[in-house]
Amino acid sequence: MSDNKQRVRRLQREPLTDAQMLMIISIGIFAAMYLAAMFTLKGGFLKPQMIFDLLNDNAALIIIACSLTVVMIGGGINISVGGVIGLTVMSCALFLNGTTIESSFTSIALTFLLALGIGLAFGLVEGFLVSYLEIQPFIVTLAGMFLARGLTTILSVNPVKVTHEAFLALVKTKLKISWLGYTAQNGNLIPAKIEIGAIIAVLVVILMALMLRYSKLGRHIYAVGGNQQSALMLGINVKSTIFWSYVISGLLAGLAGFVFLMHKPAGNASVAMRGEMDAIASSIIGGTLLTGGVGNVIGTFFGAMILATIQKIIALSPLNASWWQEMANGAMLGFFIILQSVVLSARSKGRIKLRNKQRKPAAEESPTQVK
Amino acid sequence: MNKKKKTGAGLGQLVIPLVALAILIVFNLFRDLGFFAITMRVNNSGNIVLTGNLISIIDSASELAIIAMGMTLVTAACGGQDISVGAVGAISGAVFVKVLQGMGSITVGSVILGLLLCCLATILFKLFNGTLVAVFRIQPMIATLILYSCGRSIAYWINGDATPQLNSPIISSIGMTIPGIPVPTPIFAVLLVGLLLFLVFKFTSLSLYTQSVGINAGAARLNGINPTLIKLLSFVLLGVCVSVASVIGVCRLGQLNHKTLLVDIEMDAILAVAIGGNNLGGGRFKLSGSILGAYIIQMLTTTLYAMNVAPVNVKAYKAIVIIIIVVAGSPVVKSKLTELWNRFRSSRHTRELSNRGVS
Repeated sequence: MSDNKQRVRRLQREPLTDAQMLMIISIGIFAAMYLAAMFTLKGGFLKPQMIFDLLNDNAALIIIACSLTVVMIGGGINISVGGVIGLTVMSCALFLNGTTIESSFTSIALTFLLALGIGLAFGLVEGFLVSYLEIQPFIVTLAGMFLARGLTTILSVNPVKVTHEAFLALVKTKLKISWLGYTAQNGNLIPAKIEIGAIIAVLVVILMALMLRYSKLGRHIYAVGGNQQSALMLGINVKSTIFWSYVISGLLAGLAGFVFLMHKPAGNASVAMRGEMDAIASSIIGGTLLTGGVGNVIGTFFGAMILATIQKIIALSPLNASWWQEMANGAMLGFFIILQSVVLSARSKGRIKLRNKQRKPAAEESPTQVK
Repeated sequence: MNKKKKTGAGLGQLVIPLVALAILIVFNLFRDLGFFAITMRVNNSGNIVLTGNLISIIDSASELAIIAMGMTLVTAACGGQDISVGAVGAISGAVFVKVLQGMGSITVGSVILGLLLCCLATILFKLFNGTLVAVFRIQPMIATLILYSCGRSIAYWINGDATPQLNSPIISSIGMTIPGIPVPTPIFAVLLVGLLLFLVFKFTSLSLYTQSVGINAGAARLNGINPTLIKLLSFVLLGVCVSVASVIGVCRLGQLNHKTLLVDIEMDAILAVAIGGNNLGGGRFKLSGSILGAYIIQMLTTTLYAMNVAPVNVKAYKAIVIIIIVVAGSPVVKSKLTELWNRFRSSRHTRELSNRGVS
């Protein structure tokens, strides 16, 4: 009896392993890459600050990668996130420079709300068009990207630097951890620095992971992405689920814009150019499938960290050139995509064998129990 | 009756793009009649050429139209889009220029050789994409993301950072006009590619095979069609289209810039396919729709330029028009409108009946 229960539990656990497997592979590769960099490049990679630097520099990427993961699990795609970041950064920078509000807290809070508002507006419209009007998500979000990029250049063709003092002070605010720091050559202790954006990014990852795992909406997103027809038969409101996944994605893109501005306080027409493709790549490397229903935000986080590490390694190694980085990104992406395909097909074949093996001893056991 | 219905269904896909084109033309008629003026002019090299907005629209949409045709095939067969066409186009252009530089002099023979070799290179890269899609069963967009992100780097690697110049009457006659013929050459290239594909579809069952693979690959395989082969073939045809477009692009400017050659054309090509009424999920397709879509996009851009919209701002207006077109073409809106129209008609009918009853 207890044996039977165990077997049932094992079978219940099994369907999750594909996504977990892909995630574990990406975590393993991140660890291996980081260790290799530690041994070959040494220098910065030996200090804990390097990990915080990766987080600080790529906070916005991590957030939009999460936003992409949510939409991709639901079976859609959102390629407007890079454009939304650009638009948010530009309009927030212009707002901060032009504001006449004396209280610095109010103006920064209003900027934050503006950023979220822009993202929300894009999410609402795109979600409505995709879910209720059933237009292909690629085209809708492509139009969204064009609109966001176009509006950015309409706002200003020239780069805009933020001159708002309170905001610049906020940009410089960093969490300092002294015991993770290191002593510089002149004997001063330099503490590890973490930016607010990096903390927000990590919080977003945790929040999204909890949302997808435990909330009703999160489970519905998995169900709809896995199979719309059967989700509909289970009584899930497919349209509203897709709609909300786009709304979340848009909101996160707006938040990413604000985080980007906190890292580099300047608006520019080319901010986060091709950011959406990096985000998609992070999601895929983290084990999310574009077909929907499979994915994990934790994996996405490590996917983004892998891309960030490649960038850092190439920047620190003698091959410092943008085209080397693009080549490495492409090669890495190709490697992961093929690996995923091979692993998934091997596992689907292997699992059948595993079950047969399990059944045989079970069949032999039961007569002995009867005896 | 039956026949009538069939032709109606065939046109159905083209209604939205045709209406969009008509609206654009009418809008321009009211805005400025001179927009459509076509004049004969002597160009810099002393040839008589036709000039005017219409000619420039048809001319500069050539690359887009050619790539849109290939993209339609890939979309129909694989149920996804190839987003690496711009990057592979840059590689193809780099190979073309490399061959011409290696040959020393630019003659008709070396141009043809260059075209063949860059065709070969493009087909190889497209086969890489195609193998990932057809054999490893990876979503086309993800599979082509690899070359999308590193294609232009490969183009850089082939030719270095320089922007090589090609100065020759042969190059300019490919990119602009052949002396003595007033119509720009790229238009003939579109006609040629279109005609070739039309003939292929006319005399083989490729069109039917592509559609059936796109609708249900498993069912197609059970019926004796090899889905892997059909998918690979669609990528090969796209590769040929991309290399022709890239050669036109290189010859038009007389130079190669691996960063700007065919930049962002993948997005426009996918748009052209969608505006043409093709299902981006694969299956039924119409090449004419995609070609029409390409000209609509170019006409929209040219109209916006003529209205003095700055080139960097064009994207925003383009996005709004695109949203209007796809909303008008969405199945939900269509069925709602038909329902409304039917209700209107039936209410009028009952009113007529009641009127008759009273009298």
